[in-house]
Amino acid sequence: MTHSDVSDASEVKPQDGITSPPHKSGRRPLGLRLDLRNLSLLGVLAVLIAVGGITKPDQFLDTGNLQLVLTQASVIGVVTVGMTFVIISGGIDLSVGAIVALASVWATTVATQEYGFAGILFTAVIVGTACGLVNGVLIAYGRLVPFIATLAMLASARGLALQITGGTTQIVTVDSVLDLGIPDAYVLGIPPLVLVFALVTVVGWLILNRTTFGRRTVAVGGNAEAARLAGIDVRRQRLYLYLLSGLCCGIAAFMLIVLSGSGQNTNGNLYELDAIAAAIIGGTLLTGGRGTIVGSVLGVLVFTTITNIFALNNLQSDVQQIAKGAIIVAAVLVQRRTVRDEHA
Amino acid sequence: MAPEHAAPPTAPPPPAGPLLTMSGITKSFPGVRALDGVDLEVLPGEVHCLLGQNGAGKSTLIKVLAGAHQPDGGRITWGGETVALKSPIAAMRLGIATIYQELDLVEGLSVAENVFLGHEPTTAGFVVRGRTARTSAAALLARLGHPEVDPGRLVGSLSAAQQQIVSMARALSHDVRLIVMDEPSAALDPDEVDNLFRIVAALTADGVAVVYISHRLEEIRRIGDRVTVLKDGRAVAVGLPARDTPTRDIVSLMTGRNVEHAFPQRPQPVGQTSAAPVLSVQGLARQGEFEAIDLDVRPGEIVGLAGLVGSGRSEILETIYGARRPTSGHVVVDGNRLRTGSVRAAVRAGIGLAPEERKAQALLMLESVTRNVSVSTLSRFSRGGWIDRGTERSAAQQATRKLSLRPDRPEARIRTLSGGNQQKAVLARWLLRGCRVLLLDEPTRGVDVGARAELYAVIRRLADEGLAVLLVSSEVPEVLGLADRVLVLREGRLVHTAPAHELDEHRVLDLVMEGSPAA
Repeated sequence: MTHSDVSDASEVKPQDGITSPPHKSGRRPLGLRLDLRNLSLLGVLAVLIAVGGITKPDQFLDTGNLQLVLTQASVIGVVTVGMTFVIISGGIDLSVGAIVALASVWATTVATQEYGFAGILFTAVIVGTACGLVNGVLIAYGRLVPFIATLAMLASARGLALQITGGTTQIVTVDSVLDLGIPDAYVLGIPPLVLVFALVTVVGWLILNRTTFGRRTVAVGGNAEAARLAGIDVRRQRLYLYLLSGLCCGIAAFMLIVLSGSGQNTNGNLYELDAIAAAIIGGTLLTGGRGTIVGSVLGVLVFTTITNIFALNNLQSDVQQIAKGAIIVAAVLVQRRTVRDEHA
Repeated sequence: MAPEHAAPPTAPPPPAGPLLTMSGITKSFPGVRALDGVDLEVLPGEVHCLLGQNGAGKSTLIKVLAGAHQPDGGRITWGGETVALKSPIAAMRLGIATIYQELDLVEGLSVAENVFLGHEPTTAGFVVRGRTARTSAAALLARLGHPEVDPGRLVGSLSAAQQQIVSMARALSHDVRLIVMDEPSAALDPDEVDNLFRIVAALTADGVAVVYISHRLEEIRRIGDRVTVLKDGRAVAVGLPARDTPTRDIVSLMTGRNVEHAFPQRPQPVGQTSAAPVLSVQGLARQGEFEAIDLDVRPGEIVGLAGLVGSGRSEILETIYGARRPTSGHVVVDGNRLRTGSVRAAVRAGIGLAPEERKAQALLMLESVTRNVSVSTLSRFSRGGWIDRGTERSAAQQATRKLSLRPDRPEARIRTLSGGNQQKAVLARWLLRGCRVLLLDEPTRGVDVGARAELYAVIRRLADEGLAVLLVSSEVPEVLGLADRVLVLREGRLVHTAPAHELDEHRVLDLVMEGSPAA
């Protein structure tokens, strides 16, 4: 994906004086900035933490609880990073939850477990990526609408996962995998899964903001026709994007195996909705062309924190669902106002 | 030339006051003033023709009339009373129906359902199933001379002409007093055009007024009563007699310039460069669009393609660029034949396109100037996919500075720029890539009149530096003023080639409209 674009300097010489040494541009280091939207999400998160701290001071701020919140956020967070890329490109991936399920059960069959840690990790990642490849080929070259292609993948991957397990829970017996989940493995008090999430976030941010791949993703989502006429291979880009989403699902499946010590065909249930919702409240335009990794990660953290606070306060999941729905609507209304202001 | 059956009423229109007057209508869009104080007066029962080149403001005017655009200023009266056309529904309630060029029918619904869309005959608020609607639709279709169209058929399965009839039936299903027809004959065969004119004559005999837009002067002579000519967002002539005004006068009204543009000087040996052509198009054809196109463009040369809408101008450029696949023929750059139908092959060979619809086809509207300029050259600024943003930014800025793009701020959002500067960003993209052939499709569309001269100078400068430029424009003076050599296109065929200085506007317009070199 790195040397795939149309330009190759050997064939087409630049016009005189156009290429020049880079000059110091005196910009922010790394160009990192939190835009208004992300700041407001940070504000929401701060309010939530305050609410948690006030309502259940002992339980919410407990180290173990915070570690739990972050760990739960990590699995869905990795999926959300992949989803963010897909949505920025103007697509959608409804199959992420099903892919996580399929990858997690395939990686925990008795046969796979014989290969130990590496076998489980490898299988989860390969199965996820392969599903993404199928999605990508169908969408980019089969010209299926992303909604349809990934809906079909959702159904078949879940079905295959059920077929593999027969509905049973596949217990993981490989100790080296299970050990990643216990407090002894924490690095400076941070669970390894959270570190994986952090790594995926940083890499995702770099890809989106600093590479040709990221630039082309935004271009395809912002104006696919203009991207095509500018010489970008739009179809190949789409293929890679669904592949990337599948890869993230594979990683998340492995994390889920570590977390639950098992593989089940019901894993990853409704992840697609959580991931889409997190990306949307994080400011990613569902129509494509704009979105940030930071926003999506904040979206995930907001959702996970709400769930935790509600659980600690003994509010049932029905109330949680209603609250999540309200937050999605509120976030999109705020965004629409922001976008309109920018266009004015 | 006027067949008897299409003979319009010869008596002067009834002495009643005008049905519609529009006065001093203004409308601006970001970066361009589309209507600059237009007047229009339509009498009951007349066929009022609206003429003007592309971009003259016809479409905007009829959208105001249809309630689809809200004017910024001006006054509209209907039957003597001042009205505001706040929405398409408001216009329809008054009795104004519009038949757009791109028909606004729902292909998945039946003919009858389309005709009564939005005002289905109902009982007690429920939609009556089929029968009433079908009977009424059949009556309307018969009145329009097409009783063979089955009201139960899906609109998607009808021919273009039949769809147009359905659109007209929909207009007539309302209590209509004014019908606006936007180039209704463009998609029709000659006998279908005759039928259309019969319908128009029958409508006007009933006192319905028709606003008729067409590029074909001979049609206007056949059915028109009066003509209003638009130019650069102004009405330059209001209510001329359609049959008696000489063609010459109408043509000069359409093209006569309010502002004389300063076109840059051509280099001395005009069109006489002996260098081998960079771009060579051989026997290029696309079924139903254009055929047997041969052309060469040499380095430093600007070749202009002149022709009306539908003559295949833009299609030819897009096919050369690989965005459309030709049915035959091929494109050669520097002696190498390009793979057909591949944009990437064309770009790699050094072709760049500044497309007609800048916002839809070229720009990333949410992005900065730099990112819009660098999008075709990313790998030059990257190693292993990693973008060196400093180099990217300064190279892009150097390209935009060379074209005097303003503001000189690489991070400025592209959508905040004026039309002319957005176009410069598109040119900078190809300049940065170092392309050798530049295809320009309507380069000054949506560019303010004042900013055009600068854009012309930029294009000439690029040619002087050795680029081969192929230019398409619906504005004849632009082609004549900017190009070295002009190819005249009519209905998908090249009908004439000459150095620009040997042609004048009237001659070109005669060629594109009449198709015969005898003026």
